[in-house]
Amino acid sequence: MKSRIDARFAALKAEDRAAFVAYVMAGDPNRATALEILKGLPAAGADLIELGFPFSDPMAEGPPIQKAAQRALKDGMTLKGVLDLAAEFRQGDDTTPLIMMGYLNPLVTWGFEAFAQAAAAAGIDGLIIVDCPPEEADPLADALDAADISLIRLATPTTDDKRLPVVLRRTSGFVYYVSVTGVTGAKEADAEAVRPAVARIRAASGLPVAVGFGIRTPERAGAIAQVADAAVVGSALVDEVAEALERNEDVTARVLSKVQSLAKAVRSARTAPVSA
Amino acid sequence: MNAPTHPTAPPATPNDFAAYPDANGRFGQFGGRYVAETLMPLVLDLEAAYLATKEDAAFQAELNGLLTHYVGRPSPLYFAERLTDHFGGAKIYFKREDLNHTGAHKINNCIGQILLARRMGKTRIIAETGAGQHGVATATVCARFGLPCVVYMGAVDVARQRPNVFRMNLLGAEVTPVTSGASTLKDAMNEALRDWVTNVEDTYYLIGSAAGPHPYPMMVRDFQAIMGREIREQVLEAEGRLPDAVVACVGGGSNAIGTFHPFLNDESVRIIGVEAAGDGMGTDRHAAAINGGRPGVLHGNKTYLLQDAEGQITEAHSISAGLDYPGIGPEHSWLHDVGRAQYLTCTDTEALDAFKLCAELEGIIPALESAHAIARLSDIARDVGKGGVVVMNLSGRGDKDVATVADHLGRTI
Repeated sequence: MKSRIDARFAALKAEDRAAFVAYVMAGDPNRATALEILKGLPAAGADLIELGFPFSDPMAEGPPIQKAAQRALKDGMTLKGVLDLAAEFRQGDDTTPLIMMGYLNPLVTWGFEAFAQAAAAAGIDGLIIVDCPPEEADPLADALDAADISLIRLATPTTDDKRLPVVLRRTSGFVYYVSVTGVTGAKEADAEAVRPAVARIRAASGLPVAVGFGIRTPERAGAIAQVADAAVVGSALVDEVAEALERNEDVTARVLSKVQSLAKAVRSARTAPVSA
Repeated sequence: MNAPTHPTAPPATPNDFAAYPDANGRFGQFGGRYVAETLMPLVLDLEAAYLATKEDAAFQAELNGLLTHYVGRPSPLYFAERLTDHFGGAKIYFKREDLNHTGAHKINNCIGQILLARRMGKTRIIAETGAGQHGVATATVCARFGLPCVVYMGAVDVARQRPNVFRMNLLGAEVTPVTSGASTLKDAMNEALRDWVTNVEDTYYLIGSAAGPHPYPMMVRDFQAIMGREIREQVLEAEGRLPDAVVACVGGGSNAIGTFHPFLNDESVRIIGVEAAGDGMGTDRHAAAINGGRPGVLHGNKTYLLQDAEGQITEAHSISAGLDYPGIGPEHSWLHDVGRAQYLTCTDTEALDAFKLCAELEGIIPALESAHAIARLSDIARDVGKGGVVVMNLSGRGDKDVATVADHLGRTI
């Protein structure tokens, strides 16, 4: 069976456009709102969804996603609760890839095999684990392989030619290029600096390359969409949650409106005149 | 609170407990390198650079020179005569790390790592600190070698350890209060890792505990093992034989592993660590990762951790800021699982009593961390019995703790 991730990237390639990937934190600011946002993402223009699952000590996140995780945990979100959200989303959408993103310890607690089976049953297509480099990944990769879930690997500006094959071993779906050295949402990605890295990873892996960690605006998303197969936005979306809460506005509407403007920029990137 | 687990796997290499970690930085199932991909090339470089120094005579000569003339090594092995009489059991010796420059064992590791950082061409040093002892030691070596130093410290700890913050400032370091999470040591370590992942070119992360991703647990242990090697020589000279037990307090576990490691293959020597039980092991306010936690992954390594049923890390509590951490170095987790070391606990109240007892009987004001080990000496000395020998690492002096202790005794100073 062709995976949802492969099918989606194949379809976008036929349209000659990049994917827009929206990252949201499961359970942020509460379960009901998070579900409403999740259900609204495809229509707002998200081609793939990264579903963050909260951890108490997210060492690679900047303040926006740290705070989103704290809000979700405070509301009682659990790893089982994240899979329940995914399963509810899947009842109405069987094509948009769902990638879970987070840290290893909650999975250690559940047990890799049991978690992988439960995640597959909930309709999860891929997993990104920030603190699980290839050297430590085999036990998790074994469990995910058995459940047909892709372990998405991260390549970074510090990944040189010698290390790249190590990073790409046992990967599938797509490769996530962390476009800046730093935490999420802190520095801005430079499309011209990203271009050769994307080309190098694409050639070495034969997989689509998504770029994230430094994209906050439609302009930047559009520029990245011209050089990469996907542009990922996370911190700028969870910031919308925080802003809406602060101003007592409709959280879902605010997040989805931001998604629309980012998705529009990505969709028109390769037809519109080059700017940024 | 989760029940402790006690797997009983035998050591992979019988009779050589000192041979770990393996090439992947593993002590049995513990240790490893659970870091973001951005940091992987850095920890691999660090490992290669560290291993090269072991064979480098010039590096070793510089290290030994500084340990002798700057730190003041070897530290004495002192016979604690009145405490021995008081407990009425085995002879008790203190390894006097409190007499080192900066007042604790932390400087041993900082000297080693600052030389390594210089050798690697790094031009900026970052560190995390809880009580501020490791921060002070790091700021000290940075001043000595003229390198800029940023110390991450939880905002709560900044407030309760003001003298150490001022010391670090006097030494030229910038202290950055951390307000994420619970604003204590684990959050300071998160923030230091975030700095490192951002400043990969020029920055050296000087970890103070025998924890974190490989090679830190091995490297910090090796730099601290000078304590255990000296104890071995000194006790042979004083008593003509090895001790029956070596004892140390355990937070992250650097003073303990440095004491224990040279004795791991001496079957006759009991190895005893003491964890901080805070308000008591029956409460959820303690810092005893082995006695009250279970294995998990945090800050780059797999080890025993305080965590809830969901795998979220929980807050540690101890009167001693230096033991106030929800994890423990991975080698301790392994020594516990294979049964080579025994990990006891000591409450805040017991530590305070031991703190006073040591001051009154020996004229030594110990660090509150070390007082946790002193508190268990009564049982251990009786257990070993008259004619036996027990060595305890007095890992630091208690000047930094007098305000905390006065506060707990209801006194104002």
